Amino acid sequence: MAASGQPGKYTFFSADQAVEIESVTAQILPTDETPGAREAGSVYFIDRALTTFDKDRQSVYKQGLLSLQAKVSQLFPGASKFSALTSAQQIQVLKAIENTPFFTAVRAHTITGFLVNPEYGGNQNKVGWNLIGFEGKFNYQPPFGYYDRESKSAALPTGKV
Amino acid sequence: MAKYSPNTQVDFVVVGSGVSGGIMAKELSGAGFHVVVLEQGDYLREKDFRYDQIQRTSHSSLVAEDPNLATFRQTDKDKAVLSAAFRTGRCVGGGTVHYSGSSWRHHESDFHERSIWGPIAGTGFDDWPVTYAELEPYYTKVEWEIGYSGLGGASPFESPRSKPYPLPPMPNKSSGVLMERAAQKLGYHAVPVPVAMLSQAYRGRSACNHCGFCSGFGCHNGAKSSSLSAIIPGLEKSSHCELRPNAYVREISTDSSGKVTGAVYFDVNKKEVFQKAKAVIVCCNGVGSPRLLLMSKSSRFPDGLANSNGVVGKYFIPGCGASAHGVFEHELNEYKSVTTTRAIEDFYSADPKRGFFGGGRLDARGNTLPTAFALGGLPPGTPTWGSEYKKALQNDFNRTMTVQGFLTCLPLESNNITLDPDVKDAWGLPAIRVTYKDHPDDMKNKAFFRERALELVQAAGAIKSWADPVREERAAGHTMGGCRMGNDPKTSVVDKFHRAHDVPNLYVVDGSSFVTSARNHPTCTISALAFRAADNIIKASKNGSIKAPAA
Repeated sequence: MAASGQPGKYTFFSADQAVEIESVTAQILPTDETPGAREAGSVYFIDRALTTFDKDRQSVYKQGLLSLQAKVSQLFPGASKFSALTSAQQIQVLKAIENTPFFTAVRAHTITGFLVNPEYGGNQNKVGWNLIGFEGKFNYQPPFGYYDRESKSAALPTGKV
Repeated sequence: MAKYSPNTQVDFVVVGSGVSGGIMAKELSGAGFHVVVLEQGDYLREKDFRYDQIQRTSHSSLVAEDPNLATFRQTDKDKAVLSAAFRTGRCVGGGTVHYSGSSWRHHESDFHERSIWGPIAGTGFDDWPVTYAELEPYYTKVEWEIGYSGLGGASPFESPRSKPYPLPPMPNKSSGVLMERAAQKLGYHAVPVPVAMLSQAYRGRSACNHCGFCSGFGCHNGAKSSSLSAIIPGLEKSSHCELRPNAYVREISTDSSGKVTGAVYFDVNKKEVFQKAKAVIVCCNGVGSPRLLLMSKSSRFPDGLANSNGVVGKYFIPGCGASAHGVFEHELNEYKSVTTTRAIEDFYSADPKRGFFGGGRLDARGNTLPTAFALGGLPPGTPTWGSEYKKALQNDFNRTMTVQGFLTCLPLESNNITLDPDVKDAWGLPAIRVTYKDHPDDMKNKAFFRERALELVQAAGAIKSWADPVREERAAGHTMGGCRMGNDPKTSVVDKFHRAHDVPNLYVVDGSSFVTSARNHPTCTISALAFRAADNIIKASKNGSIKAPAA
């Protein structure tokens, strides 16, 4: 697997574009009491996806970045960068483009990048898995969950034919 | 493994290496016949399988990825559009490599349900030409030879069995425990789900380590009893069988007398090869088999092979579903272990009091993997991004359970597989065109089971619960019908032993033989039918009707 997901290194995005996309991802999965898309590095996952298995979405991003900038200028005359807006302003912009193919793609990519296997560049330090409680060990023994202890299996017939 | 030249006339070409193709090849080569298995996909081994969510959701080497493989429309008045919803297994081992492993026997009644219920106007609802009693020894053979875990006799609705399962059921998961809780409250019977998985080491194969990557993934340690893990290793050792991966069959050839002479396939370099054979066995399941017969046109068979009555492709059954979900107080951790461990069969039988034909089985399961859950598993009305979304994701991922119904799906003549006149796949072959619209009774049955599923989730103690809307089917995980079996050559494609009515040395053995849907979960029955078909060919050869090769 090609080296990717290294902070500061992008293949598809320019540095400026990456800042914009990262700011969008940070509204989709914000950093609050717990880590969000920024800590997970969803933007690196997206950069990598667009140059590997999701190449056909490149145009959605290219076009989407232009439209995003246009929407920012339209709603906030004088502003040109999404990343430079306040959080409340950013949310306002994203609500205005919520149903576009661009936002749909960024949302799916951000979330996937948050919960993906870390070798894809996202979910760095497994912050996504830790948040939701996915152990990522790929090898478990029972009991699996809280309710297992209530199992009535002993009351089942013995399997006699 | 044996090696045959395409010019050598082998006894059988088996098209497809899924569970039915695997079993046919195993049994026939074991009886001394010379067999070549042609598999369209790659030969992936257990070491090739990865715990990779991206491979499942976006790019899988296990299924046919070609975007031009299939099209879908609801009626013959609609224009079919490209559909990714009819992807079939495309690797050595077929669909059993990536299936979840739930593998139920049909019930006795499933084989003669038309006699029980009566005719249903406008449908091809019919009895099967085989009974449960005839198939029972083969069900047992499947469970023991392929390696199943379950608890025979646990379900009061189960039909008689001659032997218990070889292995105990999988450990119960929290979803299964909650199903037990709900069933007890409502007076139903929660029973262990039989799975083609090894709960303990068996015949040299490892036990399941509960990694949770079952549905959509190949099993890393061979504990899933797929054709790949349970059957193919035996073929590898056989001196009478050659397994040829990356061999995509485009036509079954015939001579002027109307007998099959072999199969033409594209090899890995897309070069055409003709493999000579005395007989051909098609094992490409509910969409692949009718397509191959329809593609095998000749002056003698202008409408496709074995299709003089026009039935090939008709009565296609994708199976119907209904589901409800609940969020619970504590963690279920449904991402661990097999997909489902408990089910109820209390509504299996159709009941005239409901006012429509239909029945089904409901199982309890989780929405297993993080990315799939995050993109589609949260309750309706949950914000789809932002802090509130993140909080819901954090709380619900491990606390959500689904009750999933596997329901009857009536066989209709108008639901069919045809060749798309416009779309061609990556090999230049006509795409599979699926035409499917649910019968009104199927829709009523879905609404009924939607309520039952919701009731179960609520009785299990969910804090929050919701049911998915009743939907028309536009996809198929289980492809059944299309080359239905029957005693009457005018209304069926193959006879009760899967031999084509029209062509004496052609067999179709897979889910396409199904006459009715039963309650979905076709794999155990497909496997039993294959053992039975092989047994019959072997017996018939001893009677001289099919000549075995000289030793």
